[in-house]
Amino acid sequence: MAVVETTRVAMTLYDHLPVLQVLVPLVSAPLIVLIGSRRLTWSIAFTASAVSFVIAILLLMQVIDGSIISYQIGGWAPPLGIEYRVDAANAFVLLLVSGISTLVLPYARESIKSEIPARHHTLFYAAFMLCLTGLLGVTITGDAFNVFVFLEISSLSTYVLIAMGSYRDKRALTAAYDYLIMGTIGATFFVIGLGMLYMATGTLNMADLADRIADQGANRTVRAAFAFIVVGMGLKIAIYPLHLWLPRAYTFAPSAVTVFLAATATKVAIYVLLRFTFSVFQPKFMFEVNTLEFIILPFAILAMFAASFIAIFQTDFKRMLAYSSIAQIGYMLLGISLLTETGLTATVVYLFNHGITKATLFMGVGILVLRSGGSFYNRIQGMGKTMPWTSAAIVIGGLSLIGVPGTAGFISKWTLVEATIEKGWWPVSILIVLSSLLAVIYVWRVFEVLYLKAPLAGTNYKEAPLTMLIPMWILALSCIYFGLATDVTLTAARAAAQGLLAGSAGMF
Amino acid sequence: MGFELTQEYILGHMNYWLFSVLMMTGLYIVVAKGNLVKKIVGLNIFQTSVFMLYISTGKITGGTAPIFPLDMEVDPNVIYSNPLPHVLILTAIVVGISTTALGLALIVRIQEEFNTIEEDEILEIERAIVLAENAIHGDSMGGRA
Repeated sequence: MAVVETTRVAMTLYDHLPVLQVLVPLVSAPLIVLIGSRRLTWSIAFTASAVSFVIAILLLMQVIDGSIISYQIGGWAPPLGIEYRVDAANAFVLLLVSGISTLVLPYARESIKSEIPARHHTLFYAAFMLCLTGLLGVTITGDAFNVFVFLEISSLSTYVLIAMGSYRDKRALTAAYDYLIMGTIGATFFVIGLGMLYMATGTLNMADLADRIADQGANRTVRAAFAFIVVGMGLKIAIYPLHLWLPRAYTFAPSAVTVFLAATATKVAIYVLLRFTFSVFQPKFMFEVNTLEFIILPFAILAMFAASFIAIFQTDFKRMLAYSSIAQIGYMLLGISLLTETGLTATVVYLFNHGITKATLFMGVGILVLRSGGSFYNRIQGMGKTMPWTSAAIVIGGLSLIGVPGTAGFISKWTLVEATIEKGWWPVSILIVLSSLLAVIYVWRVFEVLYLKAPLAGTNYKEAPLTMLIPMWILALSCIYFGLATDVTLTAARAAAQGLLAGSAGMF
Repeated sequence: MGFELTQEYILGHMNYWLFSVLMMTGLYIVVAKGNLVKKIVGLNIFQTSVFMLYISTGKITGGTAPIFPLDMEVDPNVIYSNPLPHVLILTAIVVGISTTALGLALIVRIQEEFNTIEEDEILEIERAIVLAENAIHGDSMGGRA
């Protein structure tokens, strides 16, 4: 009897996985503040993050075959109630976000000791968990207004996390302030867009929105809504001319925060853009095709070159990686603007692979900063000899960033080139290859600084603590693993792309 | 005829006109003002304009407050305004307040560290920091940092 009872409990818990995905980290944040014990807080944060990672794996396993889980919050049926909707696309992003946060937390434990005063550690973890909650919530929800709410939860906690870098460099405060202004303008634009969609359709459920827009066709309100949503999300994604907050925020935030943000925040924003472009609005609308081809595509290519050029001339490793991120976002947007299944697959794969690549590299920077006190090239020169493990992982990350065969970065760039050739846009394929050559230059500079220059006189840095090395090596090895075993990511990404392109037809 | 159309165009869309004016006012303040507190004020005006956009769209001509009578016997002839945008905006107001609070808290910290909340003065201080960094790191990098 008791056995039957437990299985039934497990069954219901299993059914509630979508809401638990968001609820577990959400509850952990106030718990951390209330308990307040410094030793316990880390364990709570890590447990919550690990649990949500396991949930993300379970969810992805359920939807990888193209099925959809629809969860009704509080039993209120959509479109009136809020719905959580898991398909291959967002399950994949959920996996990335919760996985990275589970790896960043052990790393953060050592890293923030030297960067944030001990009395603020509990608040750091609370803000971190809120940020995780927000990002997971944005990804999983099927309700357009809910996206805005979770977006603001993650943004507000992000501003706090960035400002915590002020104990090392006071410019973190102005960086956080700038991001607050830009982020709020972006989120408000997004909510104006949602308001217009509501005016035009009278609903906020994404699947319902898609149906009604498809039925009534595009009118001026819908077009204006699309413009507002693209610009609003563009600010969050850091699409090239809207990227100004990103380099400063990434440079001055605490190392662990930079790792987390670079690997997840912009990726989640790209996912939202994907969701709105393909599931809510129909890609068959001319205004959307025009926006993607004549606005997003040129800016994506501009980002690939301009940001890479700026990255070449940086002398600070961390800032260089921040500019490289802007360039990489260009590649992801390029995949979207192709409007084909292969292009979308490329974007989703790119999103995942770049997430793990950048996380590896930023973790490497954090370790170098921990030992040498700065990430300027002349501070870290020659550290390849004194810190072989850290530097080796940076090399793997760097190769993956360039897209050398055998690394995850190669797969994403290869799929992207394949997609452009399939569409017949071979000049764009050439541009992709050319801009990758720029990546060779800026990554090579780092290798040169780390290995070919003599270590600074009088310094003999110890290798990093294991709690930082292990997460970094897990990521570095997964860069290689996903470069060789391409089935896993490509299958999931293709399922995601098909789900997205199916639009509203796939949603009901 | 033409005049009537314009009148209809202006008066009939009064809430949208006011929304646009308020929104642009707020956005202009955010961009044009150098004082960090004034920027937050501009941001508030900008957000408030969106509240107005939502709330005014919930209004239905001749509609009354969306409160059902106690006995729940709803008269089908009574028109109710749409309460949903109002509920949404309650959430957005909370978000706006949190953003303002966080922005002001950041300004307090900026004042503590930089001793000013004027953007141009902060930029000057930051430029000095970059110059100092260049002096340390630039020489060994061939003069550019």
